[in-house]
Amino acid sequence: MTTTELVETPAPAIEVTSATAVEPEKDRHVCIICSKGTLDMAYPGLIMANAARMSGIKATLFFTFWGLDIITEKTVDELHVPTVGNPSMHIPTMVGGLPGMESMATRMMKKQMEDLDIPDVRELVEILHDSGAEIYACRMAMDMFKRTEDDLVDQVDEVITAMDFYDKAAGSEVIFI
Amino acid sequence: MTTAVFAGVDVEVNEEGFLVNSDEWTADVAEAIAADSGVGPLTELHWKVITFCREDAAREGTAPGLRRISKLSGVGMKDLYALFPKGPGKLAAMVSGLPKPQSCI
Repeated sequence: MTTTELVETPAPAIEVTSATAVEPEKDRHVCIICSKGTLDMAYPGLIMANAARMSGIKATLFFTFWGLDIITEKTVDELHVPTVGNPSMHIPTMVGGLPGMESMATRMMKKQMEDLDIPDVRELVEILHDSGAEIYACRMAMDMFKRTEDDLVDQVDEVITAMDFYDKAAGSEVIFI
Repeated sequence: MTTAVFAGVDVEVNEEGFLVNSDEWTADVAEAIAADSGVGPLTELHWKVITFCREDAAREGTAPGLRRISKLSGVGMKDLYALFPKGPGKLAAMVSGLPKPQSCI
């Protein structure tokens, strides 16, 4: 019979960090998932990401499903405002479905944006890239829509999976649009 | 409102650290705000941005947004982020002694 000597191991030191010592914007990170490809759903994500960067907050954008249109070379300048199934248009759905309604609404919105000196979607994506925001496309959506990296605008950093996104988003605030 | 001492001068600032009265701003105050807010020593390029911001605000009556600065000051977007890595949207105005810009762009 052998005797076992009990060795006391020291308890691991616990590091205590104080949340109050952190500066307001320091270490903040916001991740925005853009899943819609209409003009009115493209702007909110891009503007929110830009405002974050302007405030010194790290920003990551993940474009998935219809949101891929925002960073696709062929569609980035062709995003539309939906006039059907959009109660905020305040016009009857049947009227909204008439030929030309959607392009008219799109023209009107683009004109209003221009009057307010808000950049178009392409320029906003360029601004975000220059600001250091990270821009990612969703691998599954790319496969689904049969797009390759060559189809995307130059500002896209990488095509990543949803699991990769979670790795990049660890500890951040996530906004889904 | 609180009073902060920048470069040995008492200036009134709001809770976010922006000068309440932009007339109290001097070049020395700008250097002190820059040091205090983590911008660091001001370079020639910083001064190009600050001069534009103050002149533009005097003309327009409001602090310029970041896109306006990048389009009109001659300092591009990438450089603005390099000059004010902790947030050029706020800090360019703060160092220039102007209120927080109302533009989201």
